[in-house]
Amino acid sequence: MDLPRTIVDAAAVLRRREASSRELTEAALERVARDPHNAWLTRAEANALAQADAADLRLAAGEAPLLCGVPWACKDIIGTKGVETTAGSRILKGYVPPYSATVVDRLDASGAVMLGKTNLDEFAMGSSNENSAFGAVTNPWDHGRVPGGSSGGSAVAVAAGQAVFALGTDTGGSIRQPAALCGVTGMKPTYGRVSRSGVVAFASSLDQVGPFAASVEDAAIICEALFGHDPLDATTLPLPAEDLRRELTAGVRGMRLGVPREYFVKGMEPGVEKAVRATLAVYAELGAELVEVSLPSTDRGLAVYYVLQPAEASANLARYDGVRFGLRVEGPDLVETYRRTRGAGFGPEVKRRIILGTYALSAGYYDAYYGQAQKVRTVIKREFDAVFQKVDALLTPTSPGVAFVLGAKANDPLAMYLNDIYTLPVNIAGLPGISIPCGLSEGLPVGLQIIANSYREATLFRVAAAYERATEHHRSRPPAALGQRAAA
Amino acid sequence: MTAIDRSVVEHVAALARIGLTEEEIVRFTGQLAVVLDAVGKLAEVDTASIEPTASVLPLVNVMREDVVRHGLSHEAALANAPSTDGEFFRVQATLEER
Repeated sequence: MDLPRTIVDAAAVLRRREASSRELTEAALERVARDPHNAWLTRAEANALAQADAADLRLAAGEAPLLCGVPWACKDIIGTKGVETTAGSRILKGYVPPYSATVVDRLDASGAVMLGKTNLDEFAMGSSNENSAFGAVTNPWDHGRVPGGSSGGSAVAVAAGQAVFALGTDTGGSIRQPAALCGVTGMKPTYGRVSRSGVVAFASSLDQVGPFAASVEDAAIICEALFGHDPLDATTLPLPAEDLRRELTAGVRGMRLGVPREYFVKGMEPGVEKAVRATLAVYAELGAELVEVSLPSTDRGLAVYYVLQPAEASANLARYDGVRFGLRVEGPDLVETYRRTRGAGFGPEVKRRIILGTYALSAGYYDAYYGQAQKVRTVIKREFDAVFQKVDALLTPTSPGVAFVLGAKANDPLAMYLNDIYTLPVNIAGLPGISIPCGLSEGLPVGLQIIANSYREATLFRVAAAYERATEHHRSRPPAALGQRAAA
Repeated sequence: MTAIDRSVVEHVAALARIGLTEEEIVRFTGQLAVVLDAVGKLAEVDTASIEPTASVLPLVNVMREDVVRHGLSHEAALANAPSTDGEFFRVQATLEER
């Protein structure tokens, strides 16, 4: 049986009784079991089937939410009660959380069916998924290429039709960049919209949970289920519940859409630039007014990010000491136990960032690095604030290149970090951003990034949906997924 | 900004309580120098009159009612521990007997 591509389709199938949630779930689990991409770390079959049966009862009773009975994939950095949660790290292998993240509780309450946990770069540190302690993930469009990261497994699960939707986390682009490289929709909400309670902490002032989906409408449906104040996370804003789909069909006629000139610079692949320029032309045809704008400090974003993020990570990851959970490698005394545990448990990229972050926070360097980065963060935020006085949203590429060959950037951290130059300023300023498929370059997907002002997710979805209606790019499927379907 | 040599990496690794192999020390020394050189660009920005942003949120001092509620049971809290003793996490002694 074919898994419906979207939440909207799945909800219709379930309500027309063409299939039960159990049937959809079994079909999804069967695809997950045959996954050729190493996209999954844990299959939660018993959990999924129990949730599916409960969803079928609820659907039979009527009045079920749209997500009820729909199978989804959870990035393995999001805690799931009773289901192993590793964050892609040896140091958390075997860790079974005693409680679920709030986002999981909310999807549970909506009746959605969690299939299992997806692969990722260790502690979400990476842009290729090659930093997972449990092996790299391959891109369904080309098995020799990376899916992007850090939420590579979640992006692949949706791109390969193994799950109808997925959750990821985005600290500097970890949802939007893999969405772009795998040809699906990925969205990072405004900082403070979604609870981080129960999510393994990476860089707390930047992290945000968000959806992967096959359509803009689906992404909005998921956000409606996730958004809202959580007493367990003091950084969630007490905003009223919002209909995020109210502007989906409003179109872009008369809107002012900004094109930041600093996002079209050398380093971008010509095929990516061509696809994004063609997309801008579509927006012009749809009646939007394209306005060239300037965000002069864009090229400082990488430096700000690679001070703040490792600094916050070095503090957050201090908890992995072999005492309360996770790996312990015993030494002759407690300090040596810490050193051996962390030396054996963390992979190279995590060690690199902890060392970088610890250095940036250490005596004598704090003001020059961390203090200065926080001030330049203010400068970047103000530039976005000023631009949003003039335009409704910004249109940019999501990533400077398409999916790259496995191993191509593995020994050059700085080259790897440059994958996120268009996405990480959005985290620095706390803004909402979305990546939607906007064509192919060399047979591989290209993503368009749309950025809106804080709390303007409805505007973000409106701009994205207008393009989606006008084109067919979001329907493109990887050859591998089509092959898998033919074989099924 | 200081030049990065292996003694800096060893010092920072000690602060971070991470044991590194000889090979890692050598590799990280080179890579840290490259990354710090790239982030050194920040010094070029004039921030004399700029306040730092620690959080983008418009929130200060979030308060809540002081309500008693159940936390994790001892059993649940200890379930993932590498070593326990009754109701406690077991660790090596840090104080010497005299």
